[in-house]
Amino acid sequence: MTPGALRVENVGVAVAGRALVRDACLDVAPGEVVSLVGPNGAGKSTLLRTLYHARRPTSGRVLLDGEDVWRMSGRRLARRLAAVLQESPGEFELTVYEVVAMGRSPYKRAFQGDDTDDRQIILDALAALDVTGLARAPFDRLSGGEKQRVLIARALTQRTGTIVLDEPTNHLDLRHQLDVLRLVRGLGLTAVLALHDLNLAAAFCDRICVMNAGRIVADGPPARVLTPALLAEVYQVEADVTAHPRTGLPQITVLPGIDGRATP
Amino acid sequence: MIGTAVPRARARLSYWLVLALLAAVVGAAATAGIAAGSVALAAGDVWGIVLHRLAPALVEPTWPPVRETIVMDVRVPRVLLCGVVGAGLSVCGMALQALVRNPLADPMLLGVSSGATVGAVLVLVLNVSLLGAFSLPLAAFAGALGALTLVYFLARSGGRMTTVRLVLAGVATAEVLSAVASYLVITSGDPRKTESALRWMLGGFGGTTWDLVPIPAAAVLLGTVALLGVSRPLNLLLAGEEAAASMGLNVHRFRGWLFVLVALVVGAVVAVSGAIGFVGLMLPHVVRLLVGAEHQRALPAAALLGAAFMIAADLAARTLIAPQEIPIGILTALAGGPFFLWLMRRRAAR
Repeated sequence: MTPGALRVENVGVAVAGRALVRDACLDVAPGEVVSLVGPNGAGKSTLLRTLYHARRPTSGRVLLDGEDVWRMSGRRLARRLAAVLQESPGEFELTVYEVVAMGRSPYKRAFQGDDTDDRQIILDALAALDVTGLARAPFDRLSGGEKQRVLIARALTQRTGTIVLDEPTNHLDLRHQLDVLRLVRGLGLTAVLALHDLNLAAAFCDRICVMNAGRIVADGPPARVLTPALLAEVYQVEADVTAHPRTGLPQITVLPGIDGRATP
Repeated sequence: MIGTAVPRARARLSYWLVLALLAAVVGAAATAGIAAGSVALAAGDVWGIVLHRLAPALVEPTWPPVRETIVMDVRVPRVLLCGVVGAGLSVCGMALQALVRNPLADPMLLGVSSGATVGAVLVLVLNVSLLGAFSLPLAAFAGALGALTLVYFLARSGGRMTTVRLVLAGVATAEVLSAVASYLVITSGDPRKTESALRWMLGGFGGTTWDLVPIPAAAVLLGTVALLGVSRPLNLLLAGEEAAASMGLNVHRFRGWLFVLVALVVGAVVAVSGAIGFVGLMLPHVVRLLVGAEHQRALPAAALLGAAFMIAADLAARTLIAPQEIPIGILTALAGGPFFLWLMRRRAAR
């Protein structure tokens, strides 16, 4: 469970001749929390997919602790890198416990059941995400925030050093957004997150990596990356970036652009 | 941490109790299935005869030998085959619903049963009897294999097998092959052939002999064991394609393998029983209500429930309007149609 070192080397993804990601380079040090931000269609999810064996890059390599993830077996990678995705089990009424227990699969052979260690790992993960009380509840009936925590618990049972999260705050209310991001921060794992909310990204991540039209256009600490010039270029909005008086974090205020109020 | 109400865990009976109850139901259905018929027998005689055959020292024969012949040569093989076919369709339906991640999938959807129908109808219409009693099941199985190969290559491209393509390939193949079978039946010009072909298409266990039992029994047993072995990957399929991949499953390879396995078992089953619809659709749902969707728990329950259901359905098929026999596919469709609608409404209400 030592945090992994992730390196994305000149990764490109093209589908049917259309480049979704071009020449992306990214280094994530062990234990670092990095967010990918950018407008819809910028290539965030596609780049993440090349990390967890969902989309093979058409060029370049993804290295985890120096080893090419696309030369590893799926099982080997799943013991070192876990993913929390937006898609979730539906229609089949698995219980929360059963959903979380899936995370032990990469350690298991055919016919092998869960042993005492597995059960302890599953119970620990349920407890860490504060969903022990839901263990026997049908996953489908949970609220969005509960589902998200259950899926993170599942990722924990994979016992990996690295975790990838695709828009983990989607559909969550403010408080649950904070809960989930605090949790991810507190795991002590190397983490790569796709996020929409720039203020949250600035508050919870060591580094922000901005994507636009398939390219990484900026990468660095939040305060250095989030500038009015970059926001104008990438998102085509006019925005103020100020240091918040109480937290000192960069605070983005998007100017609505309604007559007279666009420019202060 | 979070103040929302805890969703109530659905009350579930103890798993082993459910399994024991299902086994008891299979036993009861089998006893009734063996006892009922033109010569009615007492349940005690049924057990006496079967026990006597298994361990002659244990039970003294108190029945006329002709009854022993009826039980051992006619009714036991038929009930056994019903159990095997029911278990096979139910287990395959469950695996297939995970495979296409759609709870409305049915084994007949694969196109395999239509392939089997074409094979069977060819034998019936052309009067082939090269291999004696085995001509028909073998031809049906060959037809199933042909359809399987076709669907497999239609559904797979570039090493990927998507569920949409699998369903479309299966449905299209089934439609074309059904048309071929219907054409053969209609143009045969012999009402008796037409009737026997129609009877085969509706499914049934009339005239079952011991010869027919071992191959489908072995296929269903091995298939079920193999599916139990991959119960974890089957669970992962429920989580969705990308999530399954992120947990180490080679989704496309597994889907291809699973499709071949399920289609082979369905082919072996359909070859001896005809295409019996709705069983593989209905029973997995009932099982999930009883023991949940996790496959290691659900598959054994599905096998037992499938066996019990098919034995009971066959019992109804041959006793309801005796001495006439209703093709069993008619009964399963009569039960399955309303169930399907109930399921649809229940899901819409959620």
